[in-house]
Amino acid sequence: MIEHNKIAVRTNKLTRRFGKFTAVDQVSIEVKQGEIFGFLGANGAGKTTMIRMLCGLLKPSAGDATVSGFDVYKQSENIKKNIGYMSQKFSLYDDLTIQENIEFFGGIYGLTKEQIQSRKKTLLKEVRLTNVEESMTRDLPVGFKQRLALGCALLHDPLILFLDEPTSGVDPEARRSFWDLIYHTAEAGKTIFVTTHFMDEAEYCHRLSIMRDGKLIAVGSPGELRDLYHKSNMQDVFIEIVNGE
Amino acid sequence: MTKASRTIAIARKEFLHIIHDPRSLIIIFVMPLMQLILFGYALNMEIQNINLAVIDYSRTPQSSHLIEQFEGSEFFSVFHYNGKHSDIENIFLKREAKIILVIDQDFARNFQRQTKTSIQILVDAADPNAATIIKNYCYGIIANFNLEHGGQISQPFDVEPRIWYNPDMKSAYFFVPGLIALILVMISAMLTSLAITREKETGTLEQILVSPIKPIEIIIGKVFPYIIMAFLDGFLILMMGMILFKVPFAGSHFLLILLSTLYIITALSLGLMISATVETQQVAMMMAISATLLPTVMLSGFIFPIRSMPILLQYVSYIVPAKYFLIIARGILIKGNTFFQLGFQTLALTLMSIILLIRTLRKFSLNLEK
Repeated sequence: MIEHNKIAVRTNKLTRRFGKFTAVDQVSIEVKQGEIFGFLGANGAGKTTMIRMLCGLLKPSAGDATVSGFDVYKQSENIKKNIGYMSQKFSLYDDLTIQENIEFFGGIYGLTKEQIQSRKKTLLKEVRLTNVEESMTRDLPVGFKQRLALGCALLHDPLILFLDEPTSGVDPEARRSFWDLIYHTAEAGKTIFVTTHFMDEAEYCHRLSIMRDGKLIAVGSPGELRDLYHKSNMQDVFIEIVNGE
Repeated sequence: MTKASRTIAIARKEFLHIIHDPRSLIIIFVMPLMQLILFGYALNMEIQNINLAVIDYSRTPQSSHLIEQFEGSEFFSVFHYNGKHSDIENIFLKREAKIILVIDQDFARNFQRQTKTSIQILVDAADPNAATIIKNYCYGIIANFNLEHGGQISQPFDVEPRIWYNPDMKSAYFFVPGLIALILVMISAMLTSLAITREKETGTLEQILVSPIKPIEIIIGKVFPYIIMAFLDGFLILMMGMILFKVPFAGSHFLLILLSTLYIITALSLGLMISATVETQQVAMMMAISATLLPTVMLSGFIFPIRSMPILLQYVSYIVPAKYFLIIARGILIKGNTFFQLGFQTLALTLMSIILLIRTLRKFSLNLEK
């Protein structure tokens, strides 16, 4: 049931200031349901601040935003029920087993034991982890941990998934299989909002936005952006934008 | 969605952290026992086998009897000094004895006439605490002697010591409640502040905060396991204290549990306050040590009597939760105090908890909106 016209995330002049520093400066975007929306920018361009505001971890200083139709100022509880989040650090507990991690993240979303059990089975199969439930998370290779973190973020079946540089520190092979998973998840109707600084990953996104110094510089599909800047690949587009006109 | 299930998920996970980490189990269960044994056997505040030099000018059956009383006590080992009276100071200088007992020539005569008689007691007060204890032992023995013989050996002032509650002056009665106060505050304040700052460091707290869980549910879930651990520890120390050092339990069990809970809540609030303020485990550890360990050991009356502190420190001691809990624990265990006799202490701990909790909750929600 993918309704491609439905808006998953909409921001209008969203702004966040830290003292005198403006991390996100009047950014307006629209992300449709089922879309893989990439967020590009150099370190410190405001990508993470943007995600944190949309996830309800940070209050905006100005502007409006709705996530899954809910207002970020007033309805953060509803937003939190409908989103999954995975940060650049793998935020799982290294000293718990995989089974325990899954039960914990299911538990804080208020899932019942039965729900957790049935979700666990499908998810572990989906992220291609089987017979490892009893292993300690710290003993897993990084690529496995990352897929597990994604599984935990999907446990409560959220509509929108926020991924903040999910593939930093992972080898190319693992990144490749992680993106297969992201595609798979998007095909199931979920919206993916992903930040990255790998240009090959940018090519995988349906649409991209590029930020510099807190401002939105360009939005469009990879093809549109290449044409617009007359470049043959995203790498060159990105370098041109980041270095300024 | 039920709130309870989310809180339980947090609490359950916290238990798993503790169980999976042998180091935390050692800190929680082995450390208190080691401290108990250390305080019990190594830091013994009772003094035994004190060398006592006797100069007996009387040399009568009466004076011998008095000396026998000292010899019979486990506190003193008695020897006769045969040197010149003018060299008496040498006994102290050479550390041959801590106390000198001088019995006058007319001791027996006065004693028989039932008139007031004096003996002289010289105490080496290089260590004033020890000197006070030794002096008190002497008074005890002399008072006994007077009682038995109807004699009147006068003392520097008219005291009739009756040592209540702890007639043998057992220091275990004193330090076991102190150790409970120390361990409870360390488990509650230090471990909770570490547990929360650890999640800040690893980024897992953020992962929890993007879920619909409320800050209060996180806090309750996080502290609950440590409340249980604190209780287990308190129980462990008390049991070992009662078995190894024969500490009595004069008062109500229920009252002790009730007021211990209050004290644990105060300590937890302190730990939460620390974790709401700092970002790393290292800083949390340092703050927890300076806010719990040091004041509890130094300023609560655990080891050093508050009355003998400089006046400024006496005022500081009013904000040390352990000060109140020590009075509560010693009162209930040793004197059998009732709730109303501990009203002031209860009130003080309650006020402290409320103030700390309000500040912490405010800080927590502010942090989220940072």
